[in-house]
Amino acid sequence: MYLERFIGRWLAIGILAAGSFAAAQDLASFERRTTVKVLPNGLTLVLCERPEAPVFSFYTLVNAGSANDPNGASGLAHMFEHMAFKGTDQVGTTDYAAEKVALEKVETAWAAYDVEFRKRVGQDPTRLAELKKSFDEAVAKAQSFVVPNQFSQIAEQNGATGINASTGEDSTQYFWSMPSNRLELWAYLESGRIGHPVEREFYKERDVVQEERRMRSDSSPTGRMVEQFLAAAYVAHPYRVPAVGWESEISQVNATEAEAFHKKYYVPANIVVAVVGDFKTASTLPVLERYFGAIPSGPKPEEMTTVEPRQFSEKTVVIREATQPFYIEGYHRPDYRDPDDAVYDAIADLFSNGRTARLYRSLVRDQKISAEAEGIPNFPGDKFPSMFAVYAVPLPGHTPEQMRVAIHKEFDLLKSQEISDAELARYKTRAKADLLRGLGNNEGLAQQLAEYQTRFGDWRELFRQLNKVDAVTKADVKRVANKIFVEGNRTSARIEYVAPSSKPGTAAPVAGQTGGGL
Amino acid sequence: MIHLRRSSLLSAPLSFALSLLPLAVLPLTSRSALAQATPPTAAHPWSTIPIPALPAFNPRQPKRIELQNGLVIFLQEDHELPFIDGSILIRGGRRDEPSAKTGLVSLYGQAWRTSGTAALDGDTLDDQMENKAAKIETGGGLASTTLSWSSLKGDFDTVFPLATDLLLHPVFKEDKLDLAKQQIATGISRRNDSAEAIAGREVSQLAYGKNSPYGRQTEYASVDAVTLADLQSWHEKTVVPNGMIVSLSGDFDSGQMEAKLRTAFSGLKRGSLPAPVENKFTGPKPGIFFVEKNDVNQSSVNVFGLGTERNNPDLYALAVMNEIFSGGFGSRVVQEVRTKLGLAYSVGGSYGAAYDHPGLFVVGVGTKSESTVPATKAVLDEIGKLKTQPPSADELKSAKDQVLNSFIFNYDSPDKILNEQVTLAFYGYPLDFLEKYRVGVEKVSAADVTRVAGKYIDVSKLAIIVVGNEQQIKPQLSGLGTVTPVDVTIPPPPGGPAQAQ
Repeated sequence: MYLERFIGRWLAIGILAAGSFAAAQDLASFERRTTVKVLPNGLTLVLCERPEAPVFSFYTLVNAGSANDPNGASGLAHMFEHMAFKGTDQVGTTDYAAEKVALEKVETAWAAYDVEFRKRVGQDPTRLAELKKSFDEAVAKAQSFVVPNQFSQIAEQNGATGINASTGEDSTQYFWSMPSNRLELWAYLESGRIGHPVEREFYKERDVVQEERRMRSDSSPTGRMVEQFLAAAYVAHPYRVPAVGWESEISQVNATEAEAFHKKYYVPANIVVAVVGDFKTASTLPVLERYFGAIPSGPKPEEMTTVEPRQFSEKTVVIREATQPFYIEGYHRPDYRDPDDAVYDAIADLFSNGRTARLYRSLVRDQKISAEAEGIPNFPGDKFPSMFAVYAVPLPGHTPEQMRVAIHKEFDLLKSQEISDAELARYKTRAKADLLRGLGNNEGLAQQLAEYQTRFGDWRELFRQLNKVDAVTKADVKRVANKIFVEGNRTSARIEYVAPSSKPGTAAPVAGQTGGGL
Repeated sequence: MIHLRRSSLLSAPLSFALSLLPLAVLPLTSRSALAQATPPTAAHPWSTIPIPALPAFNPRQPKRIELQNGLVIFLQEDHELPFIDGSILIRGGRRDEPSAKTGLVSLYGQAWRTSGTAALDGDTLDDQMENKAAKIETGGGLASTTLSWSSLKGDFDTVFPLATDLLLHPVFKEDKLDLAKQQIATGISRRNDSAEAIAGREVSQLAYGKNSPYGRQTEYASVDAVTLADLQSWHEKTVVPNGMIVSLSGDFDSGQMEAKLRTAFSGLKRGSLPAPVENKFTGPKPGIFFVEKNDVNQSSVNVFGLGTERNNPDLYALAVMNEIFSGGFGSRVVQEVRTKLGLAYSVGGSYGAAYDHPGLFVVGVGTKSESTVPATKAVLDEIGKLKTQPPSADELKSAKDQVLNSFIFNYDSPDKILNEQVTLAFYGYPLDFLEKYRVGVEKVSAADVTRVAGKYIDVSKLAIIVVGNEQQIKPQLSGLGTVTPVDVTIPPPPGGPAQAQ
């Protein structure tokens, strides 16, 4: 176990001397084996031949995430991600025609129950119970047509590994790897769930998602803190809402809303599918066109109008509870298209990367107040204006306030003195190394191709980003630091340890918020 | 000892993963096509999709060299990217350290690299490596310690001599030992913040014994007891060629590389190897153990006992049993507890097998406080059904297909093949273990699964650990049996309380 973990960690570390690309791994080589095809329905396919072993990996990127959750239905994008494993009109059912009728009755029954449940005045408990009973009966009827988990089971039985998906603020992605002789089977499954998903077992899956929320947020000290941190930092943009959703909203969301979300955001024009591995593009592309081309088209969803307004003054969240102390702060910054994007990456690298990093050397090695301290260039996403965040984990006996003071000293240094030539060169060298290392496996490559194709409309930007990295100067770092790392642009959150109360079960965390503008 | 990592803390996207519990999981293994999910019928359009034979694939095996002093070398050429990565696996790890100094090997793994050598201190080495985007790292594990390096191939002749200098001439430094101690102390102080982590620790302690090499915990006092002399003596004792495996992969010529490695390592003198550690365990005392944690609304529940070793001839049948029980979305426990009952997001586990000591049989579930008892009962029912409900023909086929059709992913990259060979060599397993495994799984019958379930699964020998919020757990845990409270209070450091708020 140890051995595997250790080597696994090594593979994630990138290496390359500045400027020296292997001949086989430059843009020209990828041009020869990479094909982009935009289908008539708008879906983008990116195919990259990498015949190292008879396997392939895919990465389906839907350009909609939790930031697109409708008001009052937080967690819907994530809920839909779970539902994408429930099958299609062909997979997961014993009789879709009959199931469809039964599922419509479930929605009608839920809607009736929901109206009564939400009544602020005059809710009738007897009627509510009756409506709940009708709903439960409708669910049971629909359930009788379900072949549970058949979609995943077909994939697993055919050798799929790493079957998973994730929902972030910016996008939702689906991925696995398979033996290369299952490529057509995969195309059938994947195009089916994009084009014809069925919202079966929706209300039970809601319970599963609530458990996910309890695990990640409610029962985790840092999960609770991050939720409060983001809620304080954003007043308008949906980055303020947790991707998993609020408990009350997850418990009320329904399958009709999930279908509407799918209809709006899972249109082919909003989706990029990247496939990397052992296949011939000439013979594979027609097969993929046949399956993915059959997905009904729809209008590309409109872009979000909300832009987070300028912050007026520092905001602070203090959580006092019987868990260990923690400190995080963030500063608003523009989205990834900003000309200074690589400068933020440079600062994060300088602050965080390895034992030469400034935060490590200052807070961990020299001051001995922190076990770990890191900067993150874009939190919680990067599609929309987000934050440059820094966190620090205090050593026993040290406080969040000490973390804050030490971090601010590092920001002051960045603002008052140019970084060294060696530091800048190190950032550039490592950025190239990380890129190159990422090219050596199907999974990582599929992810990168899909992401760059989505963000820039051209996967080649994966390679061209190095030009932006190379262009970063010492003056840029100082300029951006002075622009961004200012008090009025800051939000911070901390956990302050307080001794546990003697009464069991009463130590509910208490969050307080101060500041927040005019 | 990084307690909080970015990936697990802040930027983690919401995942659909079945987060299986961290235990010795049997490998998913497989190959061969032909297996179709279901008989072709009009109702199952996917079953008519052609599945051609998988192209023949005979990946390059690493070259194995054994020096006269017992040092074993594996060389795996991989010319796709211009890198060379190396690793030295050194026999002896956490399980071999003295109990009173639990934590020694972790401290050693950190301070070794950060201290550096007489010629080059660790901080300067950091600068030199990072400037090349190269790495030299050391680490301490359960059965071994490791020194690894990685660089662009053009930097190999600079980086490799620095790595061997660190191997042969380390100078352990007090300030770096202190730095490592403060990292570990932070981990100790924070170890009760996560219910899942508490449950995982208690499983090891209760299953192997709290004083056993596999169950004991690092404490402030045991860390405090470690001295520079301990690190130096550990190093001298373990860095012997007959206890080391050197493995390299990357863009090099094996012949030239072999010559370089012979020059570097042939002069090392043999030494004695650590004696095998205790290997017989009685397993946990059956019953329900409870840890109170009043800031959670979800209970972490583990049902557990001892597992087996990977050289057990029943391994293949157990692997198929695991697939049927918990191997993915189609498995019994996921279908029942997650999909049918909606009682958990995270549910899973397996009858685990380790290389040279019994693994753990653990089934874990995270469920809201109120459903702690029903979810635990559902898990126990599924474990019980392993004996009372033999696998159906579909279940058996599906489980075997799953292992065999994904078998290629055991060796679809040169690094995976190299790592497998190193691990087998380290534990003295036959080098064709993987191929035997595949053949073994192919032969497993329903009767085999029933037989091993009868032989290895005994619910009466299992224990249950629950970490949760007692006030919210309704019905109460006592409905499951007698509950033994477990005190997880962290023993304070010798000099006074750690939490000086």
